[in-house]
Amino acid sequence: MAKSESEYTWKDLEIGTIISDPGSARQYESGTWRSQRPTYDFKKCIKCGLCALYCPEGCIGENEEGYFEADLFYCKGCGICARECWTKVITMVLEEE
Amino acid sequence: MATRVGIEVSIAIADAVKLANPDVIAAYPITPQTHIVEHLAELVANGELDAEYVPVESEHSAMSACLGSAAAGARTFTATASQGLALMNEVVYVAAPMRLPIVMAIANRALSAPLSIWCDHSDMMSVRDTGWIQIIAENGQQCVDNIICAFRIGEDQRVLLPVMVHLDGFNLTHVIEPIEFPEQSEVDKFLPPCKFPLPLNPDNPVAMGDFAPPVIFTEAKWAQEMNIRASKKVVLEIWDKYNKAFGRQYYAVEKHHSDGAKVVLMTMGAVGETASVAIDELVAEGQDVGQIRLRLWRPFPLEELREAVKDAEVLIVLDRAISYGGPCGPVASEVKAAFYDQAKRPKVVSFVGGLGGRDITVAGFKDMVKKGTEIARTGSKNEYEIYGVRE
Repeated sequence: MAKSESEYTWKDLEIGTIISDPGSARQYESGTWRSQRPTYDFKKCIKCGLCALYCPEGCIGENEEGYFEADLFYCKGCGICARECWTKVITMVLEEE
Repeated sequence: MATRVGIEVSIAIADAVKLANPDVIAAYPITPQTHIVEHLAELVANGELDAEYVPVESEHSAMSACLGSAAAGARTFTATASQGLALMNEVVYVAAPMRLPIVMAIANRALSAPLSIWCDHSDMMSVRDTGWIQIIAENGQQCVDNIICAFRIGEDQRVLLPVMVHLDGFNLTHVIEPIEFPEQSEVDKFLPPCKFPLPLNPDNPVAMGDFAPPVIFTEAKWAQEMNIRASKKVVLEIWDKYNKAFGRQYYAVEKHHSDGAKVVLMTMGAVGETASVAIDELVAEGQDVGQIRLRLWRPFPLEELREAVKDAEVLIVLDRAISYGGPCGPVASEVKAAFYDQAKRPKVVSFVGGLGGRDITVAGFKDMVKKGTEIARTGSKNEYEIYGVRE
């Protein structure tokens, strides 16, 4: 996107507010909604990937060591991964800063 | 050479849709609209019309299928009435901001409860703010002409909006009238192929009706408002072109003895023809009266209305719907708003009548003009008058 959303006037919008640049939702930082953030104790992780299956945002992927971890740009902090994790790897902590 | 035939108006509308050569019809039957889509189904089944007919399970699905087909760039038609329009309401709202030029005939019928299958305009009023262009026909010929115009208006690249053609249930849908049909070759000349600028296409993907956060929503809605306001010019232009091609002229506000008249009666829909007989008789008696008929409900023709009654002292507005707990009839409310800040303005008297199929006769309209003129002089303890109620 050439402009940020706040620079668009009504005349700049595509007809019907159609998005002709597919995948533009990737630029939307839903992580700003978060009030809690997942933290990980990877020593307990068995790399089952159940957290990634349950994540409603689809924002959990494998990191370089093969552990599953949320992308905090998108993670809304719902805590479903922490609830579903078999081995209690994930703890939700308040975003206090 | 155009052919003139005696035909039921619903069947005539279906034939007019056929002349427009649509790609997709998605519809669900509901009284008094059923004959329109039934005949279209027949035309498709008989191989007389090469279109996709989608017999959906509800009106909500009908409009959803129409969104999809219009988004793919297909010329799309549906029809409904009353409860069907109410059921599809949430999807009706989506078509205009997505700029999808669907054409929908509405056989106007009262909304429940109590249950009524007969005509009034409560269903029309329920979709006033959906952003569709709303054209009102008064007789069968106007239905046929405006169905053809509706496709051209909606699909015009300067407009790209869905269009409703309103016709009164039973009073129009189920009557047999002499109607002149244009030749297919003439319609083909008048109506170029539908070309949606950004259709759904796997080779060039787009996202429609997407999420708009607060930072963009106001801009999206203002673009929609500017678009429908600008569409009025195009509607009038296409009506002029239709007249050049087929010899019948339409106006946003149609006048009947109204130029210079001191008392003007304003109607919408088929009752306008009955009212015009009453006005003719009153004019023949030497009374200074006239009539205007609203042909375009959205976008509202403010300038044309002001011009049409510039000499009038009294403007009597008949609504066929109640705005419950509101200031007066819904059309009269807008008429009053149109004149509030004008230096010279007629006294607007609001009548509500013709609810749920109640007839208003020629004598009734004469009575209404008489009472309205009196109220304009003496005032009334009522915000508006309900016509013909038993007290």
